[in-house]
Amino acid sequence: MRAYVIKRVFGMIPTLILISGLIFIVIQLPPGDIVTSTLDRMQSQGLEVSTEAVANLRAQYNLDQPLLIQYVRWIGGFLVGDMGYSYLFTRPVSELVWERLGYTLMITVSSLIFTWAIAIPAGIYSAVRQYSFGDYLITTIMLVGLATPSFLLALMAMYAGYEFFGISIGGLFSPEYRDAPWSFGRLLDFLSHLWIPMVVLGLGGTASTMRILRANLLDELSKPYVVTARAKGVKPMKLLFKYPLRIAINPFISTIGLLMPALISGEAIVSIVLGLPTIGPALIQALIAQDMYLAGSFLMLLAVLTVLGMLLSDLLLAWADPRIRYE
Amino acid sequence: MADNLLEIRDLAVEFGTDIGTTHALREVSFDVLRGKVTAIVGESGSGKSVTANCIMRLIQPPGRITGGKIHFSPNDAPAYDIAALPNKDPRLLDLRGGSVSMVFQEPMTALSPVYTVGNQVAEAILCHRNVSKEEAFEEAADMLRRVGIDNVDRRIQQYPFEFSGGMRQRVVIAMALVCHPQLLICDEPTTALDVTIQAEILTLIRDLQKDLKNSVLFITHDLGVVAQMADQVVVMYQGRVLEVGSVRQVLKTPVHPYTRGLLAAIPGLATKGARLATIASVVGDADLTTPHPLMTLADGRQVSLSSAQLADLELTDD
Repeated sequence: MRAYVIKRVFGMIPTLILISGLIFIVIQLPPGDIVTSTLDRMQSQGLEVSTEAVANLRAQYNLDQPLLIQYVRWIGGFLVGDMGYSYLFTRPVSELVWERLGYTLMITVSSLIFTWAIAIPAGIYSAVRQYSFGDYLITTIMLVGLATPSFLLALMAMYAGYEFFGISIGGLFSPEYRDAPWSFGRLLDFLSHLWIPMVVLGLGGTASTMRILRANLLDELSKPYVVTARAKGVKPMKLLFKYPLRIAINPFISTIGLLMPALISGEAIVSIVLGLPTIGPALIQALIAQDMYLAGSFLMLLAVLTVLGMLLSDLLLAWADPRIRYE
Repeated sequence: MADNLLEIRDLAVEFGTDIGTTHALREVSFDVLRGKVTAIVGESGSGKSVTANCIMRLIQPPGRITGGKIHFSPNDAPAYDIAALPNKDPRLLDLRGGSVSMVFQEPMTALSPVYTVGNQVAEAILCHRNVSKEEAFEEAADMLRRVGIDNVDRRIQQYPFEFSGGMRQRVVIAMALVCHPQLLICDEPTTALDVTIQAEILTLIRDLQKDLKNSVLFITHDLGVVAQMADQVVVMYQGRVLEVGSVRQVLKTPVHPYTRGLLAAIPGLATKGARLATIASVVGDADLTTPHPLMTLADGRQVSLSSAQLADLELTDD
């Protein structure tokens, strides 16, 4: 087991190097760079820019260097925590990233907990009482949930909040706490805002999770080992949890790593609608403006989180399922 | 204490499907003798396994028991009707794995892949008796030794996929016997195993039955196995019982045309090169689909025949 963990941890390194190279190349691919898009903006405002200033700007961003040097400088800085400077937000990227990443992780984790808290009991009920009224009711509600785009749900939540409760539910903080330092009051305010994105983002995942669990569990419920256990006299509830559910849950463990990118891309539109200070909207802006350092850092961090998530789910799965060999 | 551990009377089971109702069992009646081996023989779909599942109340919707009795007289408790127990009756959990247990056909899938063998065998003890986990594991180890597993101290920590088919079936047998059930149901326990292992498992079941003095209900479609294992035979066809009698009666002098057909269809060395008899060719125009009540003959066996066939029978007996 220990050898397996060490092997997997070191296996991440080439993956991450490859990903960083790809990110760098993809961001360089569109014509132009941060300087040209800045120039465009300035010229459209009627400002004249001297060629000298342009050259300075390029030197400042290392854009006058060969690509390989640019890449090494970027990734070298990244490794020591210096992610460069965001021209777009006029702040150091690292500041921006940690702040947004923190909120994103909080929203992601809470919507994941929400998803599982609803989907797992619903899926179990639906499978055990297959074709009952409750099963049809749950699957119908979930189908509607699956078919509703989350940004629409976000708009509906905002409308309902404003129309019926007279509150603005955008953002993660009320205006009086937005720039205040952390305090108990700010935490409460944060939690009271958190549940809207949590529900909106979690609902789509709830539907698919519930359907997958229902299908897995139905498969397992008809397996002979379930009958063996029942014939052994195991009490019904214990039987359900110890035997079929234990195996039906494995596919979820193996997808924990994939949740991060899925939630980030799902989150972007919702965050724009709800005005959340998370990664998604900033990433889109950074990509449009070709703010190389910001976009690259976001993408690189997401890649790291995804690779870590995959490692975590592989290790969990190896721990949960004895059939997995470590060789 | 009654001679019969189980008296099954007029048991009926139906499976409701979208295209109609299947009568899986109709008026099934036979006894399971205390301390003896009773075999049920019949082709696929004749209702052998459904009967076994009824005894442990393992029939799941859309199937349900629609009539009849399964009168169970345990050695140590008042008799009751298994078929009439409500689903939540605590006696049901005692019955399953406690006084009646079952060995299944497929040893490869009868054990959960994610728990150790020791865990799954000891669980049977923990479900029925108030003992510590350590005691349960010790008893499980004893029983595993008894069914012929070597290196039990190491093997008990292993997972089912680390066992061969024959060894897994031994584990399943150990799991079934670990609570000393009064009735062991073996539902085609050797069908999925290769021939040499089959013989070993059959000998094991027979030897353990002699040791533990439990009753066995042995389900098979192999008449050779019946001859080797059973004291009493029940012949089933299309959810009905056609003939019940001692092994000698049924195998030596079968009365029902279907039983004769089954016996004629056994391949033997004498028939080498010849076409095997089919059941249809032996049964001829005898009507197998019309149900007739089981009649007890003078020699004690029971048979389901029309009155005309019964009259013929008495003529030939004279």
